[in-house]
Amino acid sequence: MNNINMEDNNVSPVEPGMSKEDDDFSSNEYERQPVPESKTKGLSSFVGLFAGEHVAATELLIGPLFLARGVSAFDLIVGLFIGNLLAVLSWRFITAPIAVKKRLTLYFQLEKIGGRAIIDVYNVANGVLWCCLGGVFIYVSATALFVPLNIPDPLKTDWLPNGPGMVMVILAVGAVIVYIAAKGYDAVARFANISAPWMVLMFIVFGIVTLPSLGVHSISQFWEVANTSIWKGVPAEGASRFTFWHVLCFAWFGNMAWHLGMGDLSIFRYAKKASYAWSSAAGMYLGHYIAWITAGLLYAVQLQADPSNTSVVPGPMAYRVAGVSGIVLVILAGWTTANPVIYRAGLAFQAINPKWSRAKVTAIAGIVAVVAAVFPGLGNNFLSIAMLYGIVLMPMGAVIFADHYFMKKLGMEEFYAAKTGKLVHWPPIIAWLVSLCLCVILKYVVGMEEFFLCLPGWLCSGIVYLIASKALQKSHKLKETVV
Amino acid sequence: MKTVLKLLSALALLILPVVPLLQLAGIGSAELTKFGLLVGTVLWFSTAPFWMNKKTGDK
Repeated sequence: MNNINMEDNNVSPVEPGMSKEDDDFSSNEYERQPVPESKTKGLSSFVGLFAGEHVAATELLIGPLFLARGVSAFDLIVGLFIGNLLAVLSWRFITAPIAVKKRLTLYFQLEKIGGRAIIDVYNVANGVLWCCLGGVFIYVSATALFVPLNIPDPLKTDWLPNGPGMVMVILAVGAVIVYIAAKGYDAVARFANISAPWMVLMFIVFGIVTLPSLGVHSISQFWEVANTSIWKGVPAEGASRFTFWHVLCFAWFGNMAWHLGMGDLSIFRYAKKASYAWSSAAGMYLGHYIAWITAGLLYAVQLQADPSNTSVVPGPMAYRVAGVSGIVLVILAGWTTANPVIYRAGLAFQAINPKWSRAKVTAIAGIVAVVAAVFPGLGNNFLSIAMLYGIVLMPMGAVIFADHYFMKKLGMEEFYAAKTGKLVHWPPIIAWLVSLCLCVILKYVVGMEEFFLCLPGWLCSGIVYLIASKALQKSHKLKETVV
Repeated sequence: MKTVLKLLSALALLILPVVPLLQLAGIGSAELTKFGLLVGTVLWFSTAPFWMNKKTGDK
């Protein structure tokens, strides 16, 4: 499942929740060579893949968190529409053309550009971020048990657990998930595939089933109620207000690691044509439009019942409107996404030293994720965590973009490390560090919110890479040593 | 048999949106909707595993 290469040391950065057609894209045959034309896939494979992978546990947090940040109905509906469109366009016109032209994974392209050492750094960064994400998924799954076990909801401002009961439940759920991940998770992967159509429909059901409770009994009433009773434009106490631009940028950059960050080179290298990247619209508009909106409606029902209850806890929210089926959805959405994430974190760390036991490394990564899950602050601040994931990984996407389009035009060599046999070629690493430093400065010195850092960081990385390459590429005789 | 299972799975996916739509139209209560969703959920998970992704083997 989920584009994991079981034998190669490189781990493809596919979004948690990916649940369809994975076997089609996870072949070990082409990790270090271009995918041959005869092995490319049809458009329907990509539509299924994106529709499945982008309806996941995190949607149950993101929709409510938008509402808690006081977004207005217009800003949400229109901002999400345009932001998701920009994400689709990024896949279509930035990621897919390079994927189809080169037909190589992100990892192999990075290795050819910057040398083997950069992959180790990338895997460590990925592994740490996946542990955090895995923690969030375990937390979401565990919240489903808060209802039958009468565990009080953590407050929206809480970073620490609110009692031993909550800790015990999360540890128990986490232990099961980590055990399965360490054993290998193909059975869970298969179950995730079976769950996917049901899960997509359940998110749509959430939208329908909440409407009567919110006072909507016909489509014509929706817009008025949306403005006056749901997305009223008033943030929760202590939270800054989300504007149209926040929503647009979050929708665009929430998956930045995969489009502008080039993670989905691993998927679209199997596409016959770059135009197949329009399939990403299935994931964006089912998962990041409909599911975010309907998850927000769950939160609106909660606030209507008790305005003082601002907790963002998926289990009780889903149970309130959908009963036992809602609890089942929260458990499955968290479980089926936590497993592959922890498994990938283990693979990423194992890649540092392939002699380490995969099961042991996965178990250790899982323990880190479980410890993270105990802190509800991670879930409560998931919007920022998601942006952090993109910010850390996207600079390498800019490097690949610049290497593909500009090196030859500027009189330099693409895939320089491969052609010179270098283990470490510094320009990509310099670009990564400078880009991250710029983001830190923009955030902590200039005061720019994390939702707006991705684009300047990406552009900075590409430009710095080209300048550093100009300074460091030497005109000695080149030799292709990797391919 | 497989065809019957597929039909039952399709029925499960049909029940899920139809029941809340009926509630939206003023037919049925919230409790009935929750029960309908549970029926659809049970029906899906008791039929779909027997025909979906059968070629994928577990490790």
